[in-house]
Amino acid sequence: MKLQGQGVPLAGLDKPAIMPRTDPFSAVLGFLDKTWVIAELEVRKIRHDPTELLMRAVQPALWLLIFGQVFSKIRAIPTGNMSYIDFMAPGILAQSVLFGAIFYGIAIIWERDLGVVHKFMVSPTPRPALVLGKALSAGLRGLVQAVIIYILALLLGVKMNWNLSALAGVILIVLLGAAFFSTFSLIIACLVKTRERFMGIGQVLTMPLFFASNAIYPIALMPGWLKVISAINPLTYEVDALRSLMLSGGTSAMGLGLDFGVLILATALLVYIGARLYPRVVI
Amino acid sequence: MPVLETERLTRRYGELTAVDSLTFSVEAGEVFGLLGPNGAGKTTTIKMLTTLLPPTSGIARVAGFDVVHQAGSVRHVIGYVPQMISADGTLTGYENLYIFARLYDIPRSEREKRVRDALEFMGLMDAAEKLVREYSGGMIRRLEIAQSMLHRPHVLFLDEPTVGLDPGARRMVWDHIDQLRRNYGTTILLTTHIMEEADSLCNRVAIMHLGKVAAAGTPLELKAAVGGNGTSLDDVFIHFTGNELETGGSYRETSRARRTARRLG
Repeated sequence: MKLQGQGVPLAGLDKPAIMPRTDPFSAVLGFLDKTWVIAELEVRKIRHDPTELLMRAVQPALWLLIFGQVFSKIRAIPTGNMSYIDFMAPGILAQSVLFGAIFYGIAIIWERDLGVVHKFMVSPTPRPALVLGKALSAGLRGLVQAVIIYILALLLGVKMNWNLSALAGVILIVLLGAAFFSTFSLIIACLVKTRERFMGIGQVLTMPLFFASNAIYPIALMPGWLKVISAINPLTYEVDALRSLMLSGGTSAMGLGLDFGVLILATALLVYIGARLYPRVVI
Repeated sequence: MPVLETERLTRRYGELTAVDSLTFSVEAGEVFGLLGPNGAGKTTTIKMLTTLLPPTSGIARVAGFDVVHQAGSVRHVIGYVPQMISADGTLTGYENLYIFARLYDIPRSEREKRVRDALEFMGLMDAAEKLVREYSGGMIRRLEIAQSMLHRPHVLFLDEPTVGLDPGARRMVWDHIDQLRRNYGTTILLTTHIMEEADSLCNRVAIMHLGKVAAAGTPLELKAAVGGNGTSLDDVFIHFTGNELETGGSYRETSRARRTARRLG
């Protein structure tokens, strides 16, 4: 793709524009590199100003300290031979990842209003890399949440599993959960396009997603119709996996293979849809 | 051979025809100004030329590449500074450029030097490690132009580059745009409704009105066509766009322009 070959004068430019290599290996490598660039941007932002992220620890702390303590005491929710606080700790981790990620779309709309999105769209970055990079950014924020919740859980005497492969599993699940819900949020943002409409929809979605899952009570307690909804709610699979990986002696009700499978497929599908829709946000 | 050309380029939004069968071309090394009132179709035209918006019909080519069928190649050879603020306030000036150096495939060995050169060129070296939210409006604009030049684009698109800037900052941005053309021979397409800007920067201008080119030529030619001695480009602008009540500029555009102005001010 040499420009000179097309007879276009370089007009005194000191160097011709850089065209990427197009063999498949370089393409994949370039794709991953750019995905990481977008995520790295987020890391730099967090490093410059971590306060917002730390503030996000307040809500899960309240859930664990108040809701968790009270419900542990009254033993209202049967959780088998597991204490209630143990049962809910992975649920609250999933919740804080969800709440952090579900409003990611607001940032997209905000960046669109500023003109930041335009600049990324005009760059030769592949659209899926932009979307996946954003998803990974949300995942990295989710990991910070996870560290905070691990500390809180430890203070509350939750029996944790410190096995390295289990910890790696938790990291992966947090990344996937955040990636799924942030991309879901990005898609909504691309469809509704304004902050006001987004806030409305975000509020309407968040609580049902949370309550129609196994985050703070077992599925067995749910009425039939809610069981159906919880079975198609990816949050359920995220919580199930976390419950088996995070707790010492934790077990998965649905099987880790299914949990990972659902989250990976659902995230891949949304990234694909998101990459198709993302350019529409600047129109 | 023109480095940028359009043929009957058209964009409709429902009933509204924002850009109506636009045909023009820009030669390599020119600074070309698209003038016109709010809602004339300037930004829509830029969005189509920068691959952000697919045309409804017509053709546009940048550096020989078709903006629809070869969008990926077009993106490699253009730079773009949107009307709104596009620099990231929560990163430093250096980081803003560094991120884009990587997105534009600038080889690792050259990245650092290109970023430093660009900052130097725009007179931002002292502020390189500061967060951009502490920059003044003029500094932000210069940073954005620096970023858009990193990959040595063949065509640079500047959408109202001095909107919201005070006269001092505005003059400084003009000087830099002028130097850019001199040093690198970059072809520049800019939109503006500040006639002084068009007069001092542009080799040629096209005045857009209701999605069409109402007049095109060098600033001198246009002034001569409209009146005799003492005709300003302002007179030309009013002559071709009519002095009827302002019709363009939606609520959304207006609030966006004001927000940019406020943030820059």
